[in-house]
Amino acid sequence: MDALQLLTWARGPGLDLALGIFVLGVVWRLIEVYSLGRKRDLAPARQHPGASGLRTVLRRSLPPPGMLKASPVSYVGGFVFHIGLALVVFLFAPHILLIKSLTGLSWPGLPSQFIDMVAVLTMMAMLVILADRINKPVKRFLSTFGDWFAWVVTFLPVLTGWMAVQHLLLPYTLMLALHILSAELLLAVLPFTKLFHAITLFGSRWYSGRINAHKGVPV
Amino acid sequence: MQGPMIDTLVRQGVSRRTFLKYCATLASMMALPPTAGRAMAEALAAARRPSVIWLPFQECTGCTESMTRSHSPTLEGMIFDMVSLDYHETLMAAAGHQAEDALHAAMKDNAGKYLLIVDGSVPLGIDGAYSCIAGRTNVDLLKEAAAGAAAIVAMGSCAAFGGIPKAKPNPTGAVAISDIVKDRPIVNVPGCPPIPVVMTGVLAHYLTFGRLPDLDDKMRPVAFYGETIHDRCYRRPFYDQGKFAKSFDDEGARRGWCLFELGCKGPVTHNACATTKWNGGTSWPVESGHGCLGCSEPDFWDAGGFYKALSMPADPLKMGAAAAAVGAVAGVAVSFANRAKKHRAQSSHETTTLADLEK
Repeated sequence: MDALQLLTWARGPGLDLALGIFVLGVVWRLIEVYSLGRKRDLAPARQHPGASGLRTVLRRSLPPPGMLKASPVSYVGGFVFHIGLALVVFLFAPHILLIKSLTGLSWPGLPSQFIDMVAVLTMMAMLVILADRINKPVKRFLSTFGDWFAWVVTFLPVLTGWMAVQHLLLPYTLMLALHILSAELLLAVLPFTKLFHAITLFGSRWYSGRINAHKGVPV
Repeated sequence: MQGPMIDTLVRQGVSRRTFLKYCATLASMMALPPTAGRAMAEALAAARRPSVIWLPFQECTGCTESMTRSHSPTLEGMIFDMVSLDYHETLMAAAGHQAEDALHAAMKDNAGKYLLIVDGSVPLGIDGAYSCIAGRTNVDLLKEAAAGAAAIVAMGSCAAFGGIPKAKPNPTGAVAISDIVKDRPIVNVPGCPPIPVVMTGVLAHYLTFGRLPDLDDKMRPVAFYGETIHDRCYRRPFYDQGKFAKSFDDEGARRGWCLFELGCKGPVTHNACATTKWNGGTSWPVESGHGCLGCSEPDFWDAGGFYKALSMPADPLKMGAAAAAVGAVAGVAVSFANRAKKHRAQSSHETTTLADLEK
């Protein structure tokens, strides 16, 4: 199999397979998570101004008082690479073309040079966070295989995509094939790893916010 | 006409020089060493006309048209005359019972020695009744003829891979020859239609060396199907430079830029069009301004649209509904399992330990 055949496979059957596993996994995990739900709280609700699901969704996106100073790498690095990932994935013109060809939906993209810079910043932030995770004894102790694995499958598509665009190391065809394959790997494992937070993030925040609001506790 | 082939060629006014040139060209096209050209000439000159039975099944006769018309005055055509074509419905003068008699006589007289050429796919739906000749189904005829054949050549994409009859939803249950015949050497010569010189090349190889040429994993002669259209395309430099025609009448199309974005399947299609060309070397699809359809590859008809660039995903959401359904079933099943586990734990008053939390 040469590079072009690999690319053709990645664009055809490979993508079919990855998207199939992704959809299957997301539906499965959502149903499973939903069915784990707690019993209904029959106590009368307490009122506290500002305690609501929405508040928790918003508030947990920001660092609690003092935490930014205590753990700057986690917060700054985390923000940079999450926002960077979102920009690169959803506002890079070729990605928008792909989504358009799949769904018909389209929106304006950002200039490629800007996306290029964002990709580099994203990778730098991810590397710093990884170094932090390795260096801090507590973080290292808490890390399981799933954490390292999630980092790798998230990092690979950014790296290969950036290298393909920059024509680095390998011929473009092969690099593009590797990029698509790495993105397919990410899609396939997303529902079954901690990366599933991409789907459940706001739902779970809303859920805990609601439970605590019922008890009159703003969190 | 049973004498050596060279006598017939001489009668038709073919000079020694022309014949040797032809053999050398054929040998080089098949990537054989230079000495093979002479061996081929000697073998071909001395060869007795092998009996060839040509069975047409579910097909459009395009393969026969390609063989007989496109290059009639050339040597390939003459060589083709040199075989003893004992049965070919389209070309033979006989019809009805006479034709059937010729078929059976050829099969009987040359049992185990004749070359069987098949074009068209074989329908298996409703017991093969979709295509019958002289009241017998194609599958029945094929099995009978294959039993006595020295080798089988599946001519055209229909015989080689099922072709257009097998295109979704395949109403007749069409299959390829190799799906039915398992115990005879088979050469696939796909293409819609295949290139005439490929046919004569395979035949010459068979006559010269007494065996079929080297085949790839899809049972196609490597000599002709070893490289892709893209690898040999004269527009390849434009692909490498990133110069693409965006429509069939834009500036890029007029300048002869690469047709990749207009759906050319050259990069994934193995065939010899780019080197041998068509109609006596006049032109070929990409030279005439249209992308390759990929006709020598299996299921080219269903490969995601002729005008859709290869870079576009074929139809990745087609499995979406099925995947969602399977996911839903799995989710519900796991949910019930989880609940049962919870109830069991509750009823047996299990306590949560530190080890549980570390899971």
